[in-house]
Amino acid sequence: MSIIENYDLYAPRLIDEREYLASGHTACAGCGEALAVRLVLKGLGEDTIVSNATGCLEIFTTRYPTTAWEIPWIHVAFENAAAVAAGVESGIKALRRKGRIPDRDVKSVSMAGDGGTTDIGLQALSGAMERGHDMFHVCYDNEAYMNTGIQRSSQTPFAAWSTTSPPGEVSDGQRTWKKNVPEIMVAHNLAYVATACPSYPLDLINKVKKAKKLKGPAYVHVFAPCPTGWRMDSALMIKIGRLALETGVFPIYEVENGKYRITVDMPDPLRPVEDYLKPQGRFRHLTPPLIEEIQERVNLEVNKLMNKVNYSKPWEELR
Amino acid sequence: MAKRKRIGMEVALAAAEAVGMCDVDVAAVYPITPQSHIAEHLSDLVADGKTDTEYVTVESEHSSMSVCIGASGTGARTYTATCSQGLMLMHELLPIASAMRCPVVMSVANRPVNAPLNILSDHSDIMPQRDAGWIVIFCENGQEVVDLTLMAYRIAEDKDVLLPVIIGIDGFILTHMVEPMEFPDQKEVDKFLPVYKPYATLHPDKPLTMGAFAMPDIFPEMMKAKDMALINSKKTIVKVWDEWEKKFGRRYNPVETYRTEGAEVILVTMGSMSETAELGVDMLRDKGIAAGVAKIRLWRPFPVDELKAAVKGAKALAVMDRAVSPGVGGAPVFTEVKAAFYDADAKDRPVIVNWVMGLGGEDVTGEDFVEMAEKALKAKKGEYEFFGVR
Amino acid sequence: MSEVNWWEIEPGNIVFEPGSTREYHTGGWRSLRPIWDNSKCIKCGVCYVFCPEGCVSQDEDGYFTADLDYCKGCGVCAHECWPGAIEMIEEGG
Repeated sequence: MSIIENYDLYAPRLIDEREYLASGHTACAGCGEALAVRLVLKGLGEDTIVSNATGCLEIFTTRYPTTAWEIPWIHVAFENAAAVAAGVESGIKALRRKGRIPDRDVKSVSMAGDGGTTDIGLQALSGAMERGHDMFHVCYDNEAYMNTGIQRSSQTPFAAWSTTSPPGEVSDGQRTWKKNVPEIMVAHNLAYVATACPSYPLDLINKVKKAKKLKGPAYVHVFAPCPTGWRMDSALMIKIGRLALETGVFPIYEVENGKYRITVDMPDPLRPVEDYLKPQGRFRHLTPPLIEEIQERVNLEVNKLMNKVNYSKPWEELR
Repeated sequence: MAKRKRIGMEVALAAAEAVGMCDVDVAAVYPITPQSHIAEHLSDLVADGKTDTEYVTVESEHSSMSVCIGASGTGARTYTATCSQGLMLMHELLPIASAMRCPVVMSVANRPVNAPLNILSDHSDIMPQRDAGWIVIFCENGQEVVDLTLMAYRIAEDKDVLLPVIIGIDGFILTHMVEPMEFPDQKEVDKFLPVYKPYATLHPDKPLTMGAFAMPDIFPEMMKAKDMALINSKKTIVKVWDEWEKKFGRRYNPVETYRTEGAEVILVTMGSMSETAELGVDMLRDKGIAAGVAKIRLWRPFPVDELKAAVKGAKALAVMDRAVSPGVGGAPVFTEVKAAFYDADAKDRPVIVNWVMGLGGEDVTGEDFVEMAEKALKAKKGEYEFFGVR
Repeated sequence: MSEVNWWEIEPGNIVFEPGSTREYHTGGWRSLRPIWDNSKCIKCGVCYVFCPEGCVSQDEDGYFTADLDYCKGCGVCAHECWPGAIEMIEEGG
């Protein structure tokens, strides 16, 4: 056991005990996104306004006339969570300046799934981030359009089954690799970009706290394992997040003003990618050549990331 | 009433000046010809500190409406402007803004919708928004643009209304005209327009949820509530227009009339064409034809009673449409006017002729209106015609 | 089934009561239920952290239990428990 694991063992007591997402919401049993939101909100606290895109989260938390949210929340449409959050931020800013609401820091946070962030929501996200609003965006990446029935998105991994990229006689499943949206966000010169996973709850909460403290746009990409869509036992929801890290499939890192830093160490050497793929029914059709292809690509991506981490060291060390 | 100074200004700039007087909290604007002058002048006012407004230069019209809805949710007074393709892009959000009762005010510089691309003027951008649940008011000249924009927030934010408002300003034909206009001074506007007191806001002091999803057990009730809200808003709109007349001496009505007394043929118009129609009516009257104009100012909620009262006694109506509703055999204003008369007694039902004119910025002159009115008078039954199309 | 009339709906369809999903007891969904063996429990709180429903709570003695009104029986707590103090048993068994 490394020191980090021991810390995780005893430090749950340091987490805010208040629940900002009430039980009784209708997420699937073992939903990674529900857990991720629950933890993110513990990092955010009550001085938050959430702008949510259409998706699993919005649907399972707000069936009229009930709501699971204990904080102010707004849902408008699918592709504009970041734009609505930008509006909320502008409104709060203007009203505070004019003295019409109490002079109290309220953070505007937009939340969306992978579809609502990286596909249909990319324009609004890019615009909001570029304009420098004091807000941040959390993407819950369950790697498909889960709410509408597990259709593929740009975050669906290579060779995964989805209802619109099913393997068949002439197809191996999803044909492209995951679009690297944290990199796109880094290119917007954001002060803070991070990836996180609910399997590492303290890391996730600390990242949210860091993003909240900033006075400028930030982006947090949260891995949200979906037992329903990934076709796996719901009890493995946390374990699969750990496997994603240990095989290098989903590295957990942060980029602060362009400097890359790994925040949860990956083992060296990495576990074989097959360990991550095996428990998931969506990869059941994989043949050894496909697994080999995935392994190569994972190695390449981890390599690229580690190069960036190394280059983030001070120039003096690089010379 | 003190005689106010009339200032000559481009109407688009005057619209921005009017918005600048309303203490708007958040304005989110994306440029599109011919609205761009409104966006530009408003940003000049913000840059010079003449209005304390968060000016968000969004990356698309869809985002400009999203920003307005989000800001409105926090209790801010919001503004945006667009037309044509921009309005079509925003289309997804318009029913959301009205269902969520966000009192956003939007200037629409009426311009045709692609394809083909045309940057001039017609009403084909506003017609697809008929069912969006917004209050829609059309302006005929620059003074109306100033007045109606200043009144828009008063109407939208009224606790009995709480609905978003579109102010229609014909692109180029009206937006780019330089006209003399009277502006009330800031103190008068401040007295007329109270600070926006939203009935519910997004704030941690009182957490609430906006935009929950609804199942069929309650959804129809929500739609009925939305319909009734728009229908009932007419009362408040007229009340605000009454108050404006008392304070500033200018009268606004859901349907305006010009020389309709004893008119045999009445032109039914909407937007800037109304003033040219008046020229046509003068020419007709000079020729001995009893003609008049009924100008629809309030497009939504549709003023059935006021329209019928305005055209009472006419033998024929020539309904002008500056947009096409393909496949129907009648353009939008025509079909609504016809529907308004369906239940009337035969003696109260005029012949209603539809003239589709002025599409894509085509110029329509007083003489053209004379021709259209004369042809309407000769019609035995309803007709659907494109004026001047080869 | 709602009995609300159209004129009684709050304008904008706003939901004013935070956390009102609590009236819906999702416990009826499950087919497995977690039980804690307190003799093995080291009171680390991991089961509480990883519950997607947030329905695991600590009693005065520091041991943990799931609120059966909401527990969906996903099994994450049992899987993650370090000393294996949680077992998933069949509902109705």
